[in-house]
Amino acid sequence: MSERRTIRTDYLARVEGEGAMTVRLDGERVEHVELRIFEPPRFFEALLRGRGFAEAPDITARICGICPVAYQTSAANALESLCNATLPDPIRILRRLLYCGEWIESHALHVYMLHAPDFLGYTGAVELARDAPAAVERGLALKKTGNALMTLVGGREIHPINVRVGGFYRAPTRRELGAMVEPLERAREAALETVRWTAGFDFPERTVECELVALSQPAEYAIERGRIVSDRGLDIGVAEYDEHFEELHVERSNALHSRLRERGTYLCGPLARYTLSYDRLSPLAREVAAEAGLGRECRDPFRSIVVRSVELVYACDEALSLIAAYDEPDTPAVSVEPVAGTGYGASEAPRGLLYHRYRLDAEGTILDAKIVPPTSQNQRAIEDDLRDVVARNVRLDDEPLRDLCEQTIRNYDPCISCATHFLDLEVERR
Amino acid sequence: MITLVGVGNAYRGDDGVGLAVAEHLRGRAPVGVRIVSCEQEASRVIDAIEGADAAVLVDAAFSDVTPGTLHRFDATDEPVPARAFRSSTHAFGVGEAIELARALGRLPAVVVVYGIEGEDFAAGRGLSEPVAAAVDPAARAILADLAALAKEGEPCTSER
Repeated sequence: MSERRTIRTDYLARVEGEGAMTVRLDGERVEHVELRIFEPPRFFEALLRGRGFAEAPDITARICGICPVAYQTSAANALESLCNATLPDPIRILRRLLYCGEWIESHALHVYMLHAPDFLGYTGAVELARDAPAAVERGLALKKTGNALMTLVGGREIHPINVRVGGFYRAPTRRELGAMVEPLERAREAALETVRWTAGFDFPERTVECELVALSQPAEYAIERGRIVSDRGLDIGVAEYDEHFEELHVERSNALHSRLRERGTYLCGPLARYTLSYDRLSPLAREVAAEAGLGRECRDPFRSIVVRSVELVYACDEALSLIAAYDEPDTPAVSVEPVAGTGYGASEAPRGLLYHRYRLDAEGTILDAKIVPPTSQNQRAIEDDLRDVVARNVRLDDEPLRDLCEQTIRNYDPCISCATHFLDLEVERR
Repeated sequence: MITLVGVGNAYRGDDGVGLAVAEHLRGRAPVGVRIVSCEQEASRVIDAIEGADAAVLVDAAFSDVTPGTLHRFDATDEPVPARAFRSSTHAFGVGEAIELARALGRLPAVVVVYGIEGEDFAAGRGLSEPVAAAVDPAARAILADLAALAKEGEPCTSER
C-alpha cells in the first residue's frame, strides 16, 4: 500500500520562504526534496546599486552575522583587482590574519554548538553542556580567541569596521598583535583536542561523488584569495567565474541554484578545500589529520566535523606564523582610484567559496553587484545528498527521519542559523 | 555591574528593534550600566553578559500578538519560552545562549529579557510603524528596571 507523507522542518518559520526543508514521500518513493535557504544577497545587491564603491565592504559585511570578514574580503578583492591596487605584504598579512580569526570563531561555533550534539545523541549544545561542560567551555574559549583576533584586526564589531578597499583604516602595532600569541597558542592546543575529540565520534559511512571546488594558492592553504580549481581539472581565475558557473531558477520556487556549466552539481567548503589543498596544510595540521584517520582527501559529509577541526588547528597555526612575520606598514591602506569596468573577487568563507562581482562607472558608483554565497552554491549538492539519505531510510518513522534529514543538512553548515536574531516565542495566553 | 544587551540585525526589518532600544538608552541609563549591541550570532551574548551581576537583554520577538507589544521575562530561574528550543536544533538563538550560560554556571545573578513584538523580519532597513512607536515606551520600562537594579542590586519585581 502506498502512503504519502511529508517531512518538514522550518528553521525560520516566521520568515516567508526561508530556511525550510520539505521532503515528500509516496510510499517508498522519494517524490520531492527541497531545501529553501535565505536569500538576503538579493536585497543587498539592490542596496549596493548607486552606492560608492568604497561602501561595499561595510555594506556586505552586514549580510552575515557569522562571516562578515568573508563578505568584506570578497568585496575588497573584487574592487582592488578592478582598480589595479596592489596591497603591500603587511596589509596582505593582516587580511589573512583577520580571516583566520573568522575561521576560528565560525568553525568553533559549528563544531561545538551545532554539529557535535548530533553525534553524541543530544538535541543541542545546552544539553551537551550539562553533561560535558569542559568540552563546551573549550569550544567557547576557541570562539572567544577567534572573536578577539577579529576585533583586534577588524576593529569594533559595530561602526567603524576597519576593513576598507585598499587595506585598513588602522593597522595594529606589532606589540598589539604580540598580545594574541599566548591566547592563540592556547587555542591551538584546544584545536588539537578538538580534532581528537571529534575523531572519536561514530560516523556512518558516506561519500559524496560530486565535483569539489575551492580556491587554491601555490604556496599556502587558500583562504582570502586564490584561483578557482576543482578535483576534475577546473583551474580558472576568479574573473572567469561567470563563464563556468551559472545560476538556474528552480521550478516552483524563487531559489537560484548554482551549477558548473555542462558539468552539473559541485560542492565547496571544508571537504573541497581539504581535498584540494591537503599538501598546503601546516605540518602540525597534517599530522593531527593523520592521527584522526583522515587520508589525503575526504568526501564524507559526516566527517566534515573532523575536517573543520583540522582547519581550526591550521587557522591557529597560520595566525601565529602571520603574527611572527608581520611588520607594521607605512600606511594602513594604499589609495585606490575608481576605474570603470567590472571587478571580480572571491574568498573561502568558512562554509566555502564566496563570489562577488561589481560593475563601476568612472566615478566609482556601483552600477551592478552580484553575490553568490557558499550555501547557494552547495544547495544542489545538499539536496542530492538529502534525496539519497531519504531513499536509503524510507522505512524510518517521521521523527527519526526528520532528525536524520536535519543532520544531513547540518553536515554542510548552511547559512541558516544566522539570518535573524529574534525570539520566536511560544507564549500561553490566558 | 549591570549589562544591557541589545540584540538584533538592523538589516532585517523589525529584528533591529533590540539595537534601536539599546541606542535609545545610551546616555539615559543610570551610571554603572554598560550598554552593548550584539549584531553577531547569538552565542556572543554569553561573552557580553559575562562578569555582570545583572543582565538585561532586549530583542525582537514573535508570538502572534499585536506588533509593538512589550514582553518581559525574568530568566533568572527559568528559560524564556522560545519556540526555537522545540522546533529546531539548528538555530542557536538568544534563548539557547541564556540556557548555555546557565548550564555552565556563567549566568549573572539576575537576568531579565525584554521582547518587543515585531511584524516584518524580511531583509530591509527600518522598523515597521508600530514597532518604531514601541521603542520609547520599551526604553522607559527598561529604565525603570535598570534604576531598581542599580539602586537595590536586585530586580524590580513589578510585572512589566
